[in-house]
Amino acid sequence: MTYLATSLLLYAEEGAEHALELSDGGLLAEWAWLIPIVPLVLMFAIVFVGKRLPQKGWELAEFSMLFVAVYGVALFVANANGGIHYEGSIEIARIGSLVLEWGWVVDGLSIMMYAVVGVVGLAVFTYAKGYMEGDIRFTWFFASFTLFAGAMLVLVSAPNLVQLIVGWELVGVASYLLIGHWWEDHENNAAAIKAFITNKVADVGLIIGVIIIGVTIGSFRFSDVLEAIANADSGLIQVAFWAGLMLFIGAMGKSAQFPFHVWLPDAMAGPTPVSSLMHAATMVTAGVYLLGRMFPLYQNELFAVDVKTIIIIVGALTLFLTGLIALVQDDIKKVLAYSTLSQLGYMTVAMGAGAYTAGLFHLFTHAFFKGLLFLAAGSVIHAVHSNNMSDMGGLRKFMPSTYWTFLIGSLALAGIFPLAGFWSKDEILDSISQDAGAGGGLVASVVLVVAIAGAFITAFYMARAVYLTFYGEYKGEGQPHESPKIMTYPLIGLAALSAVAGFANMPGIFTGFTDWVGARIIVMGDHHAEAINFLLAGAGLAAAAAGIAIGTRLWRGDRDTQAARDTFRIPVLYPLLERKYYIDDFYLRGIVNTTKGPIARAIDWSNTYVLDGVVNGVGAGAGFMAKIVYGGIDQRGIDLAINAAAAATGEAGEQLRYTTTGRVQQYAWALFAGTILLVVGFLIFN
Amino acid sequence: MEFSDWITDARNIVFLVIAIAIVGSAIRVVTSPNLVHAALMLVVALGGSAALFLMLGAEFVAWTVVLVYIGAVIVLFLFGIMITRAPTGRDSVQLDHERRWPAALVALATFVTIAWATTDSFGVKTISEGVVRAEDIGSVLFTRYVIPFEAVSFVLLAALIGGIVLARKDPEQ
Amino acid sequence: MIVNQFLVLAALLFSIGIYGVLIRRNAVLVLLSVELMLTAVNINFVAFGAFLQDELIAGQVFALFVIAVAAAEVGIGLAIVVLIFRNRSSANIDELDLLKW
Repeated sequence: MTYLATSLLLYAEEGAEHALELSDGGLLAEWAWLIPIVPLVLMFAIVFVGKRLPQKGWELAEFSMLFVAVYGVALFVANANGGIHYEGSIEIARIGSLVLEWGWVVDGLSIMMYAVVGVVGLAVFTYAKGYMEGDIRFTWFFASFTLFAGAMLVLVSAPNLVQLIVGWELVGVASYLLIGHWWEDHENNAAAIKAFITNKVADVGLIIGVIIIGVTIGSFRFSDVLEAIANADSGLIQVAFWAGLMLFIGAMGKSAQFPFHVWLPDAMAGPTPVSSLMHAATMVTAGVYLLGRMFPLYQNELFAVDVKTIIIIVGALTLFLTGLIALVQDDIKKVLAYSTLSQLGYMTVAMGAGAYTAGLFHLFTHAFFKGLLFLAAGSVIHAVHSNNMSDMGGLRKFMPSTYWTFLIGSLALAGIFPLAGFWSKDEILDSISQDAGAGGGLVASVVLVVAIAGAFITAFYMARAVYLTFYGEYKGEGQPHESPKIMTYPLIGLAALSAVAGFANMPGIFTGFTDWVGARIIVMGDHHAEAINFLLAGAGLAAAAAGIAIGTRLWRGDRDTQAARDTFRIPVLYPLLERKYYIDDFYLRGIVNTTKGPIARAIDWSNTYVLDGVVNGVGAGAGFMAKIVYGGIDQRGIDLAINAAAAATGEAGEQLRYTTTGRVQQYAWALFAGTILLVVGFLIFN
Repeated sequence: MEFSDWITDARNIVFLVIAIAIVGSAIRVVTSPNLVHAALMLVVALGGSAALFLMLGAEFVAWTVVLVYIGAVIVLFLFGIMITRAPTGRDSVQLDHERRWPAALVALATFVTIAWATTDSFGVKTISEGVVRAEDIGSVLFTRYVIPFEAVSFVLLAALIGGIVLARKDPEQ
Repeated sequence: MIVNQFLVLAALLFSIGIYGVLIRRNAVLVLLSVELMLTAVNINFVAFGAFLQDELIAGQVFALFVIAVAAAEVGIGLAIVVLIFRNRSSANIDELDLLKW
């Protein structure tokens, strides 16, 4: 196992304000390898013995999440007291000069992720027990879910790019398994495959990027990569743009950036706890996490700074376009899904603007309120037995806990003071404006405007969701009732966190989060807010308030049907949004059907006629050659010679045998004659 | 040494006489149409060789030749001749092959080769006088040549047994 | 006496013996001719022995061995001839051609 120096002081170009003394975390960090291992081990336990347990394996899953949550929070607190940096690793294999290691990183970024995965995971697992009650594959669900948790932890604890890819792919597998949990319905299968394949296409970029970096530097370790960046390694400088771009493409897949965003809405086919944990809080944040890990690559002038422009543009596009689609969704989970896409766009924009802290802070807060929103939506779906808001309405009376928690989550998401979303969104806006001043120029300024517009849209569609679901009269049948406590308590917990999590980073007042998440070997000197920028905060708040106000106007009132309430339609825009900009159609017709149809047929033709033709031709040719060799050369040539030799010998023998007359005296004569000849020969030649 | 010197040596004259006798009888051995005559001519040849041994100072060998060869071997031959033919008498046509010249050729070639080789090697070297005592032969035979001696006694034993086994009548009869 | 006279005599006897071996048709006479050859060899040995006058008296000793072995050989040879004669009531070698092609 390797240890790093306990006290590392490294300065990025930005400034030295946050030079930290980093401890090595002591025993807590040394044993942190348990964090990914415990869920993985318990996953196997659930698979083998889960069905026989009283709670059918849920207790093992819950325990694993409890363990991770407690450990994660403990590390979080320790990190808050004083930055930790620790890297433990075990060498698995050596290929030439490349070393494959399994390890665990305990630094600010990883600790933040452990805590988020653990706490949100704990809430979701608890909730899921109630939600998945009586499900046809209860045990298997928790096994896959625990697998996911373990895989995500493997990803965020990876000290090198290879282990990161291992975790990356494993979460993809878990995602596939969980989205297709109810695989009896064909649509769920299609959604699972779509998620997997879209991710896989983007993963090409990831793998290429990792290969470029690994080969250039000779090591896959993050610490080696960051060191090479700090030392301005010339080899890396040359490839840095492409490496950075490729890694970002990989991140785009997992974090569902435009145009790889198409899988996330369809992934809502999976159970709601899955949507909450994976597709809101954790898995989709893996891309942002990767950008955070590799942050100096994008920050440093010599390296991949140009990629930042691409990042920020992609993020802005995602942010805006997907937010618009959320306006026309009837399915409540789809609204939240597009909202997630939009918020991921925010995080990407932050990363693209060089705002390490802002992006991660938004990841942090978003995990809480989006996770909460999904669980609350699940609670509603559980009560109403339908995903569509056109079947809902007036649930405020029947499900108060769900209503209040959903409301708190929505307000946090919209960015209303003093909830968490306000602080994190404000941080992002501030960072973008700083970037516009620092080097982002025109692009950053445009993006800033887009981001503020995005705040308006966010508030707008969330207001619609809240009013259509909880206000008015219930349009469905029967009486929906509140969900059981095992489902509502996690909601309350997450709501509390959504309320207070923002206080972790209040610029000018308390910026603990910046320090906590900046506890790494290279200090992430980034654009972060020194003090509250009241102008921007006000702009964001105003946009949100405007969205809520207009939304209230449009959707608060009741009508006879939900559809009548939802009549607000912008003519050309809304049909386009309903078809999701025809992107899915393009993918299906253009790419998928072309591949399945013409391309596959062409390849089949070339395989049968060209490849197989060549192979068969070679075979036939070989056969023909063999006949020639056998008939002509072998039989007539070589065999002839051999047979002739044999025949000659036989003939000679046939003739020579007449010398064996059987008469001793003739033999004796021959003996004597031969001897005399030999003697004469010796005498003459000696 | 000149031929005149050689011929005036008395021993050489004796040698010449004996040699002529030996050669003559040898020729009769191989050409005689009569079996018994052939055997008896061999006796003469052997006797002549014994005389030569005496001249060369090999008394023991000479008397051994007489005893063993003439005394035993020839008698054996005579027995053999008697056993293996029905009538005695002339059967000259049957005794020799028709074509004799290949054998004569080989015999001549052999003689010429050996004679030429020895003459070329030894020329006119002389033999010194000297009689070897039987006592010396005996002592050297039982000390330096004891192993060949024992081997030869095995050979004789084997020949003895083999002869008996081969020539006896079948046990069943 | 020169050694060569004995050697030439022995050579002559040897050749005559060869002649006899090759042309005689009676098995016993062939053996007789072999004896003639052996006698020639004996003369050769003893002549060389007398010429060398060596300590080991090799010539005469080997002549003795030759005599012994010749005796053994004649015994066996005649036993074989007798057996053949019993089988075929003829001592003609030319008829012993069973190993013909």
